[in-house]
Amino acid sequence: MIGLSHYLLVGAALFGLGLFGLLTKRNLIAVLMSIELMLNSVNINLVAFSRYSATDAAAGQVFSLFIIAVAAAEVAVGLALAYAIYRGRDTVSVDEMNWLKW
Amino acid sequence: MENGGLMHTLAFFLLSGITLAAAMGVVFKQNLVHSAFLLAVTFLGVAGLYMTLQAEFMAAVQALVYSGAVAVLVVIGVMLTHREQMSRSNPPNKMLLVGALAALSVVGAIVWAILATPWKVGKGSVVTAGDIGRRFLTDFAPPFEAVALLLLAALIGAVVLFKGGKAQS
Repeated sequence: MIGLSHYLLVGAALFGLGLFGLLTKRNLIAVLMSIELMLNSVNINLVAFSRYSATDAAAGQVFSLFIIAVAAAEVAVGLALAYAIYRGRDTVSVDEMNWLKW
Repeated sequence: MENGGLMHTLAFFLLSGITLAAAMGVVFKQNLVHSAFLLAVTFLGVAGLYMTLQAEFMAAVQALVYSGAVAVLVVIGVMLTHREQMSRSNPPNKMLLVGALAALSVVGAIVWAILATPWKVGKGSVVTAGDIGRRFLTDFAPPFEAVALLLLAALIGAVVLFKGGKAQS
């Protein structure tokens, strides 16, 4: 019998994997991928809540559609930034992006 | 798919296994190209999980936007910025232990909260694409327009950043 908490546990595991990748990856594009994983885990939670325990079921799916739109905007700008940095500095390594440090 | 049946249980475990295995591949693979393609597999697995939740419209949007557009964008980003040695293109940094500790403690807190909360599970209802469209055009109309503006601004910004800010021939 699969219930709400099963989906929430899958979402938590996906969020943890994304957080681990976000903290430990060296490549800027891999960091962006980890952020996408975390956004997906949040969407799983929202859709599961909308299916199982909502008084207003459509709101959960509307919220996760907004999250999908924001994630698409984020990945477009993030990749453009990564390419701009790569062209200017010839690196996509997060460890070398420390020019604001003095 | 009928909720709570054997097929639902099987589909849930199969799809969540695929999703989590592909997500582990995204995070732990050393080759950035493998990570990018496994990311598309993860997105399709999540779309399947939406199908088991009877959210067909969400599954379609997930397959179109995430594994159609976002995964392709990420692959293009990998190709445009690739380094000389692709097989070691996705190494971890020196924060491996700290990152693992932080991620595990956050997951532990979330799992504890999930298991300790007495969820009030209702009968639930199935949401159709028509319901979502009506909500977008009535009480969620202002945020809907704001998201449209955000997408426009993000796409123009991405083009400007790609071109490098100054006019080039």
